[in-house]
Amino acid sequence: MMHTEITPTKSKVLPPEQKQTIFGWTKKNLFNSWFNIILTFVSLFIIFIVLKGTLTWVVTNADWEVIRANYRLFMVGQFSEEEIWRVWSALLYLTLLFGLSAGIWKGTIRQLSFLLTAIYVIHLALPFLSGHTKIWLLSNIVTLFASYVIGLKLPKGKMIGIGGWLFSIIVILFFLQGFGILPSVQTSMWNGLLLTVILSAVAIVGSFPIGILLALGRTSKLPIIKYFCIAYIEFIRGIPLITVFFSMQILIPLFLPEGFTVANIIRVMIGATLFTAAYMAENVRGGLQSIPKGQFEAAKTIGLSSIQSTFLIILPQALRAVIPAIVGQSISMFKDTSLVAIVGLVDLLGIAQTVKSNPAFLGHHMEVYLFVALVYWVIAYAMSYSSRRLEETLGVGKR
Amino acid sequence: MRIGRLFERLEKMLVVNILAKKSHVSTPFWRDNRMIPIMLQLFFAIFVLLLCGYLINNALIGLERLGIDFGFDFLQRTSSFNISESLITFQPTDTYGRALLVGILNTLKVSIIGVILTTIIGVIVGIARLSNNWLVRKLSGLYIEIIRNTPLLVQLFIWYFAVLLTLPSAQESISVAGFYFNNSGIAMPWFTTNDGTAVWVSLFIIGVVGAVIIWVIQLKRQIKNGKRTFPFLWSLATLIIMLVIAFIVSGSAPVNIDNPVLGNFNFTGGLRISSEFTAILLGLVIYTATYIAEIVRGGIQSVSKGQTEAAKALGIKNSTMMRLIILPQAIRIIIPPVTSQYLNLTKNSSLAIAVGYQELVSVGNTSMNQSGHAIEMIIIMISVYLIVSLITSLVMNSFNRRMQLVER
Repeated sequence: MMHTEITPTKSKVLPPEQKQTIFGWTKKNLFNSWFNIILTFVSLFIIFIVLKGTLTWVVTNADWEVIRANYRLFMVGQFSEEEIWRVWSALLYLTLLFGLSAGIWKGTIRQLSFLLTAIYVIHLALPFLSGHTKIWLLSNIVTLFASYVIGLKLPKGKMIGIGGWLFSIIVILFFLQGFGILPSVQTSMWNGLLLTVILSAVAIVGSFPIGILLALGRTSKLPIIKYFCIAYIEFIRGIPLITVFFSMQILIPLFLPEGFTVANIIRVMIGATLFTAAYMAENVRGGLQSIPKGQFEAAKTIGLSSIQSTFLIILPQALRAVIPAIVGQSISMFKDTSLVAIVGLVDLLGIAQTVKSNPAFLGHHMEVYLFVALVYWVIAYAMSYSSRRLEETLGVGKR
Repeated sequence: MRIGRLFERLEKMLVVNILAKKSHVSTPFWRDNRMIPIMLQLFFAIFVLLLCGYLINNALIGLERLGIDFGFDFLQRTSSFNISESLITFQPTDTYGRALLVGILNTLKVSIIGVILTTIIGVIVGIARLSNNWLVRKLSGLYIEIIRNTPLLVQLFIWYFAVLLTLPSAQESISVAGFYFNNSGIAMPWFTTNDGTAVWVSLFIIGVVGAVIIWVIQLKRQIKNGKRTFPFLWSLATLIIMLVIAFIVSGSAPVNIDNPVLGNFNFTGGLRISSEFTAILLGLVIYTATYIAEIVRGGIQSVSKGQTEAAKALGIKNSTMMRLIILPQAIRIIIPPVTSQYLNLTKNSSLAIAVGYQELVSVGNTSMNQSGHAIEMIIIMISVYLIVSLITSLVMNSFNRRMQLVER
């Protein structure tokens, strides 16, 4: 909108209009100095080598039959055919939550729901999935859209949404484990992507409250609690996750009274939770330290007790500031669940190890691992993308 | 003075008591604001101690039941397992203690080489992320996004099982410029010392020292007189002269080159690197470099734009600006997170157990399965990692302190 009057005395000299041609763009961005010309050619060479290698492999050697034949194994492992509806129901609950939240909050979660829809649609198009599976997929898509529409109009939507997410772990575990109401499915049957997702969800959700407590303990003025928290956090952060898993495998049976056994999966869950909690604590501590002292003092002046001011004034602000860091930690936990394949659990990577040693598919390591890597990548990338979006919308680091 | 204060306090107490006519009973200790924290901590300490005691008691009973007596004596017993690659000699007849030492050395070997390589690649990629060349920028971004979002263990398996082990056998090695690649590892030419090496090395050191001294002197003269004195050319000339002298004195090349030779089963001579070591090193370096790259990028971007503009206004060329103005300021922000990445790399080297490179955790795991002394082994493993973490933090912290801006 140019409404300013241009008088001859006050004439503005506009910069010469630049025409963006392809040639001009290439010259400006790729060939603007001799050094950049070299860099461009080196990059082109790298791209050429990688593309040539990949394409030759894809055309001549790659055989994706191994993925097609074991697709179900990769996803849910040995979860039996009659009980598979429970996994689907758990997934349906998650879809419902995604749809509702997309309607309630919009923004990032809506984009994640788009991604979810895209994944369902892609699976719908896969030729080798059974009709049964496709019905479930369709109902998931329908649920997603229906709950999105409901979410848009739901009164008190935020409360319902938060409540739904809080209960999600319990609901999912109920469907999978049964809690005595449904017939129980042995935890050793929980394999594949299913196990990876459950493990990371439990570790992330479980470590969160412990992490907050540790962070509060570390910043508190009570010496015994403070030094206990410091010792715990620094100890855990100093050792590799795999040694934590090994210790849990060996120490938990030893530390418990005779005749009391804990399933392997639970031991790993405890280990992963205790491990992540230390890192969560450091993230939360960063947030706590970023809160100006005036907030404490203001809370005190209006007569809040120290517990009230911590939980009502300080923590909400501190957590808001470190959401990106917490998502980052969650991504790294999600990736680290692959380590359970070393201690004998059959998660997504564990399934890959079994599938590739199946004599029928010998010599197709690359296909198996690439597929597994792709699944991890899609989930981790979705998480990191949403974390970046959150960072932008929250304006963290800009205030 | 003190008596005066005492009276003051007595007076206050009296006043308080008179004001609170009803009762002169002091607050019960469980509602005393000074006592509550102390009691809470006491309860906490007692709870932790009881829990530990209970667990240890259970463990002792369990160990007794299994017939294992706790202690580190087993380290002196014969290990009777083999370790395929080690920096010191090791036979199955050696002790568990020596086996652990081999494991620790292997961990340190992969960590130190890994840290050096990952720093080089990370810094290059981090700077490439900010390049004004569109292709370079996108390419490094793609590399970072792909590698960062897949688990390290999957990458290790890809390197080991899907790349290195699928190479042809030693007899049909792929050879590129004197390097041989096969499924048992990489064989490459390496240097061996000869009679002249000592002369070369000593003269080279003298040359470097001399070059530095001349560089400093020439630079000072340049600053003082304002005339170009070409410090770099001078020092380069010094070094070259020393090397020429070295060649005349020794009459030979500094080292001999030893090429790998294919024997009946595998290569001999040269430098041979096992597939396991290659896999863990490649995996660690390529994975950790993405994190370093992001840290370097963040560090460079955090240097205020005015610095770049000022440097450009002075007519300083890009590479000099990066070296003398941007990086020295960025490095203060870069060091602390990079330290934790170095530690992560060291800790992640424990994943080598999955590809069969025998470092600390792998050796520890074998020993604990063979000897049954699981708790002791776990204690040893954990303490080694804690000590390494501690030393790395100390070194990097002192480096950090030297680099920090000296403020008033």
